[in-house]
Amino acid sequence: MTSIPFRGRKASRNRQFRKATSGGFVALGIMATAFGVFAVGLLLYSVANDGIGVFDWDFLTSFPSRIPEEAGIKSALMGTLWVMGFTTLFAVPVGIGAAIYLEEFAGKNLFTKIIESNINNLAGVPSVVYGLLGLAFFVYWANLGPSIIAGSLTLALLILPIIIVAAREGLRAVPPSIREAAIALGATKWQSVRFQVLPVAMPSVLTGVILALARAIGETAPLIAIGAFTSVFFIPTSPTDAFTVIPIQVYSWITRPLPGYQEDAAAGMIVLLIVLLSMSSIAVALRHVFARRRMW
Amino acid sequence: MLILFLCALLSIVTTVGIVLILLTEAVPFFNEVSILKFLSGKEWAPLFSIKSFGVLPLLSATAFIAGMALLVAFPIGLLTAIYLSEYAPGPVRATVKPTLEVLAGIPTVVYGFFAITFISPVIIRPLFQTESIFNAISAATAMGVMLIPMVVSLSDDAMRAVPSNLREGAHALGANRFQVSVRVVVPAALSGIVAAGLLALARAVGETMIVTIAAGGIPNLSYNPFDAMQTMTAFIMEVAMGDTPRGTVEYESIFAVGLMLFVSTLVINLLAQALLAKFREVYE
Repeated sequence: MTSIPFRGRKASRNRQFRKATSGGFVALGIMATAFGVFAVGLLLYSVANDGIGVFDWDFLTSFPSRIPEEAGIKSALMGTLWVMGFTTLFAVPVGIGAAIYLEEFAGKNLFTKIIESNINNLAGVPSVVYGLLGLAFFVYWANLGPSIIAGSLTLALLILPIIIVAAREGLRAVPPSIREAAIALGATKWQSVRFQVLPVAMPSVLTGVILALARAIGETAPLIAIGAFTSVFFIPTSPTDAFTVIPIQVYSWITRPLPGYQEDAAAGMIVLLIVLLSMSSIAVALRHVFARRRMW
Repeated sequence: MLILFLCALLSIVTTVGIVLILLTEAVPFFNEVSILKFLSGKEWAPLFSIKSFGVLPLLSATAFIAGMALLVAFPIGLLTAIYLSEYAPGPVRATVKPTLEVLAGIPTVVYGFFAITFISPVIIRPLFQTESIFNAISAATAMGVMLIPMVVSLSDDAMRAVPSNLREGAHALGANRFQVSVRVVVPAALSGIVAAGLLALARAVGETMIVTIAAGGIPNLSYNPFDAMQTMTAFIMEVAMGDTPRGTVEYESIFAVGLMLFVSTLVINLLAQALLAKFREVYE
């Protein structure tokens, strides 16, 4: 008889212990989550706070300068536009093409498997290694120099695996019944992909493409590795011109000792972050449209 | 059709290209510097008049900073993922996930700036009385924050892939939420969670701008987190920023270091993929 109340006490102590650990654990989880959210806020606030003083129209329309107060981001902004234009031109068609091949046409054989695991590995190669590839291959071997075209090709190779993976996901989300219906009506495999699958998958493919391009805009290391200039005092007029991009310009300001340049760097980051945030909003909006238009 | 096939083939060509280029530029380097001296040398001074090419300081700094960053990112990321996957109400999840995606989309040069203008002077210096702004711990902390979203999203995926009947079964046996999360869901998703940590580690090893900006850039065989250090990636940046002519041993040295970097991240990534493949076998 005496053992029952004892057991009961033990059970109730156990229950209290369970409640306490469970509650403590939730608190830890909430704290960890709050830390991440807080870090985003702090980072954005600290950059905005440092840069807002020099961020104005003059900053966007001036060349870099030896006087921090007069420096601007014009040449870097134009450089980013040039480089991103060509990167899009190279990477998007090839990436979507590769995705269509792997998702719609490739047989399930060893070769396909090798390509797939290879794409996974490429996505994990550090970006600076792509920079070394660009330096030795595009800049010296192909003799393109540290030009817009060499930079774009390097970035295109860098984001290709990201585009392929995202585009394949978009294609995979299209139900097989759509392909089968098209083929049952006499369409060829290619016609079913081109006129049925691709239009349906397009919004989600585009979402992936935009996010990949956003990644490329922020890349600094590979372009420094190929020898892109840090400060450029002209606007590029052809793809073979030398160039700089916003993140490199920002980096070069960060490394300068004059305190005014830190504000320029922060203002440059504001420009970069505004561009990136608008791109990811477009991507999110597209995803939304896609979800609403889903017709199966 | 052929064109599409060629597009897919380009990925193989890229890999072959990377390996070939790293090898062809690194081989002449290893003709001048013995591979043994490279791998075991404790002094890295390629730009001095008396050059020395011992890669250990770069390697140890890379491992040290990446390890410290993981020490920040992994516990926080895992706890966040458990909370989001097992506890958080829908609206919280719907707000936190996009916020962390913003964190993931911020360019690394911004994290570097954050390290030297905020983390180092405002947090590290008052706490530890550091002398210089540039030190390993500030770079590692910024890198840790950068890695959090990656750890969260990968381990969240792994935990959500655990079938809900495992959870329900444990609840039916009287387990509470905490016990279900820690004793059922986390062990079931363990290979995915470890893979998330490994992928984050590979990312940390290859991360360039944060360490170039914030870690000090001095090759230093030290395990004091308040010292300045130079990682493999930061060394490649240092040489790339100067004008080192092609064909010199300095120029070739960045490819030797690049090869080392490529091999280390490849090994970590392959390990992670092997783990993920195992994980998929169990639940599909």
